[in-house]
Amino acid sequence: MRRFLSLAMLCCLLLGVTLTAQAQTNTANSSPNDTAALALLDALDVDSYRDKGEAITAILQSDDERARDWLQALLDGRLQRADDGQFVVVLDNSGREWPVADALTNEPLGEMSRRDLDRVGINNALRNQLRSAIAVVDLYSPNLERRRTSAARLLGEVDSELVEPINELILEEDDSQVRTRLSQAVAIYRAEQGEMAGVEALTGSLHPRARVALNRAANGDDPVVADAARAALVSVEQNLKINRGVETLYFGLSLGSVLVLAAIGLAITFGVMGVINMAHGELMMLGAYTTWMMQQLLPGQPGLALVLSIPAGFLVAALVGVAIERSVIQFLKGRPLETLLATFGISLILQQLVRTGISPLNRTVITPEWMSGSLVINDALSLTINRMVVLIFALVVFAALMLIMRRTRLGLEVRAVTQNRAMARSMGIRATRVDIMTFALGSGVAGLAGVALSQLTNVGPNLGQNYIIDSFMVVVFGGVGNLWGTLVAGLSLGVINQVLEPWAGAVLAKIIVLVFIILFIQKRPRGLFPQKGRAAEG
Amino acid sequence: MAIQHHNVLSRRFITSLLAAAVMGASAQAIAQSGDQNDDPIKVGILHSLSGTMAISETVLKDTVEMLIEQQNDAGGLLGRQLEAVVVDPASNWPLFAERARELLAQEEVDVIFGNWTSVSRKAVLPVVEELNGLLFYPVQYEGEESSENVFYTGAAPNQQAIPAVEYLINEVGIERFALIGTDYVYPRTTNRILEAFLKDEHGIAQEDIMVNYTPFGHSDWQNIVSEIRRFGEEGKPTAVISTINGDANVPFYTELSNQGIDAADIPVIAFSVGEQELTGIDTGPLVGHLAAWNYFMSVDNDDNYDFIDAWIDYTGDEETVTNDPMEAHYIGFNMWAEAVRKAGTTDVDSVKDAIIGVTVPNLSGGYAAMMPNHHITKPVLIGEIQDNGQFDIVWQTPSTVAGDAWSDYLPGSRDLIADWRKPMECGNFNVVNGSCGGSTAAEEAEAALAE
Repeated sequence: MRRFLSLAMLCCLLLGVTLTAQAQTNTANSSPNDTAALALLDALDVDSYRDKGEAITAILQSDDERARDWLQALLDGRLQRADDGQFVVVLDNSGREWPVADALTNEPLGEMSRRDLDRVGINNALRNQLRSAIAVVDLYSPNLERRRTSAARLLGEVDSELVEPINELILEEDDSQVRTRLSQAVAIYRAEQGEMAGVEALTGSLHPRARVALNRAANGDDPVVADAARAALVSVEQNLKINRGVETLYFGLSLGSVLVLAAIGLAITFGVMGVINMAHGELMMLGAYTTWMMQQLLPGQPGLALVLSIPAGFLVAALVGVAIERSVIQFLKGRPLETLLATFGISLILQQLVRTGISPLNRTVITPEWMSGSLVINDALSLTINRMVVLIFALVVFAALMLIMRRTRLGLEVRAVTQNRAMARSMGIRATRVDIMTFALGSGVAGLAGVALSQLTNVGPNLGQNYIIDSFMVVVFGGVGNLWGTLVAGLSLGVINQVLEPWAGAVLAKIIVLVFIILFIQKRPRGLFPQKGRAAEG
Repeated sequence: MAIQHHNVLSRRFITSLLAAAVMGASAQAIAQSGDQNDDPIKVGILHSLSGTMAISETVLKDTVEMLIEQQNDAGGLLGRQLEAVVVDPASNWPLFAERARELLAQEEVDVIFGNWTSVSRKAVLPVVEELNGLLFYPVQYEGEESSENVFYTGAAPNQQAIPAVEYLINEVGIERFALIGTDYVYPRTTNRILEAFLKDEHGIAQEDIMVNYTPFGHSDWQNIVSEIRRFGEEGKPTAVISTINGDANVPFYTELSNQGIDAADIPVIAFSVGEQELTGIDTGPLVGHLAAWNYFMSVDNDDNYDFIDAWIDYTGDEETVTNDPMEAHYIGFNMWAEAVRKAGTTDVDSVKDAIIGVTVPNLSGGYAAMMPNHHITKPVLIGEIQDNGQFDIVWQTPSTVAGDAWSDYLPGSRDLIADWRKPMECGNFNVVNGSCGGSTAAEEAEAALAE
């Protein structure tokens, strides 16, 4: 790999200038060297991956301005060969007919059947080679983003022949980020060679490649360098431990936020109204399916669809919730066991409806670009963005619910009706209407949870079942009827679970949490934050 | 146990004597006794159409129905039409046994195609053996089993797991392995075999093997993926061997890509992830992760394209995919049909004898043969995930591999072989002490259901 890289680097040094110069003169006069280009591509169409690797090197060494495009197409698996031997680039490979363009001229050729096309296949080793090759080409790119990615890629890939050219590049580079990365890359090489300068430069670096290099230096021959490397490693390990702690906390809060989202609707219907709604999970499922539906309605705009799903998911779940309340639950007031059974039946019906109406298979909900990947804090700590969005979303939903319950007339009426129904009615509050509104609110929040869950887990008919037990657990643990309790309980259960998981395993961690809650409920039957006053007695 | 075995033998002996006598009497008479032969041949389909496994098994039911339709369009079998008898065991393992009994005792089907999870197969096993039925099981499994009445058209560990690990070590140069699986019999047995194989055959140290199990449907992978990342950052090339089953794979792969684990750094090779499972995922960030199967939809072969086209036309869905267990049913169905043609009857004992050695084309341009241990020969393919949810085949065995019922890497099963030809007729023959262990189906089913 390294040998290949330095080779690539050398030819890039030679061609760097010509490449950019040629790129500006555009691809107008491509016909004379087409035979040469075809020969280059032809060499790719062999069975042996070793030969393919050599063909890639040859393409890189050629001064063809289309080289980077070919390599990128090859990397993406879009460089294919038609039956008549023509090389094409597939523009879109879904369905049976694929639109293609000529690899040499870039002219669109219409659609071709996948039967008539043979992919120029690559494996992971070639993919690595291609990425490195493209990275080396990109070091000279005028595009800053490309330079940054390529510099980050070179960590741990530098060898004796690459050091000098990279050092020269560092001097010419304007961007500090690229400069830092390149210096690190050189330092890693030097540390591995057992040079003091490298070890010193790497002190405090959290990058895993740097740690590997320090480890190697610590086992080196020179005792002075080895000692320095060991000292550097100790401080790195210390730092890593802190980062690991922060990471676990984040994992816990993120899992907790999912629990809070799933439970908070239930905290209203079960906690405040006292209705045991086993179909709560299915309302979440409907919210998730709404997201899927919105993405189907707005193809190509998954982000917008997701944002619009927030009100839509709320509405759908709330309407279904009202239908359940009007058709079943209102007739079972004060009969919790029958409510439980009836709503369990409803949950099965809803699942089967989705299964027969849409599909028993999971649906793909696309994660928008801005929710993928992670936020890099440092080399050892990055926080996944989708989970962060869900965490914030959970907190916003919680705050909104608190506002509604504490600051609006609806919240006041809800509290009045649940505390003393007869008295509230005699004061002129329409208790039935309040029931409907409360149940709609709780159900709607379940729909919101579904929208969020569609970004974290599978959207399928069983989605709700996976969360219903956890939801009840959180509400009971937090204290029935107390929204704050639900928040604290959800977040703390999440953190406890994630702290336990590394040493107990996922299965055992879950069991320990359950046992803990059972014991806790024995001791404090009303949960973390029991309701006080007369309302609690009723 | 031995007595029972003897009973089966003598019953079969009488049956075949009678059959021979009848056939010998007059071939014409059989052809003319029309009213019985006009009855359709009944094909039982035992796949969950509801519950958690519906996701994977529904397409297999459709596949068998499509194959039956094709066979009928081509004139049926032995001049008779085929008829599908579909039952729904609803992802409920004990219910599988009941439905199998219903198929064999009430519907009197001639053959059953069915099951996905190992635990459901273990539940059905004693019923099929007791009522002397035929079961074609299309899914890759953990091995350590060979029944007289079951034909395993999916891969045994030596047709999937072992070659996959060989590929990682020899072709990719992997030195550290994280074995990540769902917590049930298939992953646990497979990982036991793999651990023994890695340590004994390749000298991999204990510290370079990480094992982790998660419950069915696990969705919070943050911690485990982060652990895998750290496990892979120690300087040695690392790979994940995933026996994660079902839809828990979707959040697992999403978490991998979100935490920036690239296939080029830590490749994940999966034994239960196929085209069907990938339809639930945006595969862009997963390009390069691997799967080991005996068939991929992307196999470049005209038989395969015909199968795909037929499947698309049958389902009416342009975006639908084919996968390995579907191919296994395709092979199994054709083998059974060929054996029936060869035997000239659908009688279970005759088909059982006739099918050993039957060879039919598979969908990857080769042939599959039924071995005496009721496993078949299969090519092993390693594919890398592409951005369109398909696999690009990067490696394959030069020839087909015969399925081994009993693993060579586990102490208990090393000495066992299975051979259902006369005169051995044994599913677990111990070559060291030269004795047959007899059928242990009933106990195994009980143990599996108790889990």
